[in-house]
Amino acid sequence: MSKLPAGTLYRGREGQWSWVAHRITGVVIFFFLLVHVLDTSLVRVSPEAYNVVIGAYKNPIMGLGELGLVAAIVFHAFNGIRVVLIDFWKKGPKYQRQMLWGVVGLWAVTIIGFSIRHIPIIFGGH
Amino acid sequence: MSTNIEAPRSGRISPRYTRSKSGKGNFEMFAWLFMRISGVLLVVLIFTHLIMNLVLGDGIKAIDFGFVAGKWASPLWQVWDLVMLWLAMLHGTNGVRTIINDYAEKNSTRMWLKTVLYAATVVIIVLGTLVIFTFDPCPANATLDQLPSFCPAP
Repeated sequence: MSKLPAGTLYRGREGQWSWVAHRITGVVIFFFLLVHVLDTSLVRVSPEAYNVVIGAYKNPIMGLGELGLVAAIVFHAFNGIRVVLIDFWKKGPKYQRQMLWGVVGLWAVTIIGFSIRHIPIIFGGH
Repeated sequence: MSTNIEAPRSGRISPRYTRSKSGKGNFEMFAWLFMRISGVLLVVLIFTHLIMNLVLGDGIKAIDFGFVAGKWASPLWQVWDLVMLWLAMLHGTNGVRTIINDYAEKNSTRMWLKTVLYAATVVIIVLGTLVIFTFDPCPANATLDQLPSFCPAP
């Protein structure tokens, strides 16, 4: 008999996909956090070392990476609040799907707003 | 003939069904609760952090040694960053621990992955905490233009 599970798609739909997205964004944020503590620690080495490494975050390619990171953080934050509401609010499980579309809507508005601020900074001279 | 099916987990659980004999206590319940409490706090801590560092002023272009020194001159931002560091690392470590437990099937693989994870967590938390508390905003190995404006001229 095969050791492989017959299928790993649980109920699918919004509930499962938001769970997948929460895991992926969580792992991405965690690995960035490890790097971010290390780069900030360079303030303890010398101002020059810190400025050189943080300077690498200011080019357009890294700038787009920051946009992606902020998008991951904002989704994880809003969906995390949805998870808390599902667990602690009496009607949370009933409205979990509607709350996900609320999360996606708020996320889109936040990221569009952040992009309007951030993209001119990373592509502009100043 | 109808069968009466007991509601799951009603009353005491028969010892036959308790999974862990060596009593891990309520660790997993506290871990679950910690994720929710720290998560809500981290939304406030990190959103403020992102607004301060990426949105206000000149955004990311303004970040350099002087910017960090200016922030950490205030005990508020020292404590802010310290709490954010600890909560984010513990929240992230517990999340990755859950993922390792879910996907690594071999006992030894799980054990090794979690050993590496916990080692990284300890190193990062200790390092970050030391950096916040031993930070010198006006070090000798710098030129004046790299330093915040409150540093005395050398």
